[in-house]
Amino acid sequence: MTLMKSLMGAAAAVALSAGAALADPALIFDLGGKFDKSFNEAAYNGAQRWVEETGGEYLEIELKSDAQREQALRRFAERGANPIITMGFAMTSTIENVAPDYPDTKFVNIDGWADLPNVQTISFAEHEGSYLAGVMAAEASKSGTVSFIGGMDIPLIRKFACGYAQGVKSVNPDATVVSNMTGTTPDAWNDPVKGSELAKAQISQGSDVVFAAAGGTGVGVLQTAADEGVLSIGVDSNQNHLHPGKVLTSMMKRVDVAVYNALKDGADLETGFQNLDLAADGVGVAIDEHNEALVTDEMKASVEAARAAIVAGDVVVHDYTSDDSCPALSF
Amino acid sequence: MDFLTLIQVLDSTMRMATPLLLACLAGLFSERAGIFDIGLEGKMLMAAFFSAAVAAATGNVWLGLLSGVASSLVLSGLHGLASITFRGNQLISGVALNFLASGLTVLIAESWFRQGGRTPSLLTDGRFNGIELPFAIGPADAAAADRPLNELIKEAGPIQQLYSELISGHSILVYVALLFVPLTWWVLFRTRFGLRLRAVGENPAAVDTAGVSVQGLRFAAVGICGLLCGIAGAYLATGLQAGFVREMTSGRGYIALAALIFAKWRPWHALGACLLFGLLQAIALRFQSIQFGGFTIPVQVMDALPYILTVVILAGFVGKAIPPRAGGQPYVKER
Repeated sequence: MTLMKSLMGAAAAVALSAGAALADPALIFDLGGKFDKSFNEAAYNGAQRWVEETGGEYLEIELKSDAQREQALRRFAERGANPIITMGFAMTSTIENVAPDYPDTKFVNIDGWADLPNVQTISFAEHEGSYLAGVMAAEASKSGTVSFIGGMDIPLIRKFACGYAQGVKSVNPDATVVSNMTGTTPDAWNDPVKGSELAKAQISQGSDVVFAAAGGTGVGVLQTAADEGVLSIGVDSNQNHLHPGKVLTSMMKRVDVAVYNALKDGADLETGFQNLDLAADGVGVAIDEHNEALVTDEMKASVEAARAAIVAGDVVVHDYTSDDSCPALSF
Repeated sequence: MDFLTLIQVLDSTMRMATPLLLACLAGLFSERAGIFDIGLEGKMLMAAFFSAAVAAATGNVWLGLLSGVASSLVLSGLHGLASITFRGNQLISGVALNFLASGLTVLIAESWFRQGGRTPSLLTDGRFNGIELPFAIGPADAAAADRPLNELIKEAGPIQQLYSELISGHSILVYVALLFVPLTWWVLFRTRFGLRLRAVGENPAAVDTAGVSVQGLRFAAVGICGLLCGIAGAYLATGLQAGFVREMTSGRGYIALAALIFAKWRPWHALGACLLFGLLQAIALRFQSIQFGGFTIPVQVMDALPYILTVVILAGFVGKAIPPRAGGQPYVKER
């Protein structure tokens, strides 16, 4: 019995010291799941890069339902994790609830809008990246009709669609942009069957380039586009490798860079708002060995020109979220 | 809306309705025998995963279909064991199966393929590809003419459009699902087995008095339910898609249950209900908002319509939906 007691005491001591040593950062993946080949996977890649370079460790959780948001956030804060990086707009209200209770913990809110002294809010200029994708789509399209498939119908996704439509119209003012949203609930991030069906409907309306900004749903969109012999555009992560030679490009949102930087800064990270735009390489289009055959020199030139114009401020891409309207596309 | 658009929407309807129809008929067998089955969703999900996993590993879609059906049958067996043999609550057993499938598929997928709870994308042999019926315009013609398939179909006459777009070009499971409707009707209403199966859902004591095993019949019904759910799941993962993604059934099992109530537990009506629900989905996918005499109907209304219709039916506005009388009650031989 005494042996048992001392064993348990030792175990408890180990547990305590482990708890004390725990100032590891934490990463909360959103409902799409860690390996969605898109938004969350980009965060994972950024975190892994940090692990490889520094040998550090981080805590992580994949959310399975909305109810877990606050619980997960509080648990990490209680365990002393710092900073706590959260993925997705949906964490904003949770952070607004939780962050004031842990003033010494730094929170990172990617894609959100939480405005608190211990929160770093990172947003991306998705409309600018999507604009470049739109330029490429319009150049690649033979039919003059291109399309967009969004995941859940939220302002952020409309921002993608609006930037894309503006890019398309900048090259070909007469082009038709067909736009569909998969749904209005978080299920819309994970319904590849519906994504396929939407892609088929758009292809039958004449679209020959489909841009999917829809998380896991996009997997179905890209698959269908490849099956039907039209081009597709991936999102967030570089998705060119999913169907080599069939994916025109990917609108990359450098979530990996944002996560990597946050982990590198650790507890010293600067709070406040950060906007990663085209000039900061926060967004961009991916060109690699899987799609270089599809990208002509003219396309590259127009993308470069558009990019330079946006960075220089000669072209201002309208941001849907600024006034909830889009000049190039009606929803 | 021109003729071709209409045909395309109907074509999409067929694809959306097929998994609903298979799951609905599965539920029909089970519930007609007095076993409520809320676990259609879980069985489809499990079958979707195993069919995709085996098809990805072996490159043979038929082996995939077989293992999908087998996995769905295992879940059916569990449901039967809990609710028939041990007389547990059928609804709770069904819910448990849904959660089991939801978690287990991702867990096994992660440990087998390490791709975050999905299977690798299936190549051509690992999928049920569309069947081109004779004289239909298909991808082969498009390749020969070196032009997009859509243009070729657009130029064809209306009959050819109807034939090529709507009737031809589906995977074999779509035709199989349609054949199951008359087959179900025949089995239930024209065979001795069907008569007994229906009787066991209405008055199991009478069947027992006649010397027929209530448990045996109920297990047979639950088994058929598993078979059909297995085909539905395999169609989702290897027919409509090229691989499994977590939660890929996304509520289709529940819509199938709604369709079953809407059809008042009858096979031909089930076909009608599933086609209607499929049509609503197809319209919602094709048109984001519909202008209707000055009003704009938002897409959310179309998404909600199957459930609204079911509530209307259940409330008894359009005839009464009366479930099998012994449904949900475990059979106790003697008190």
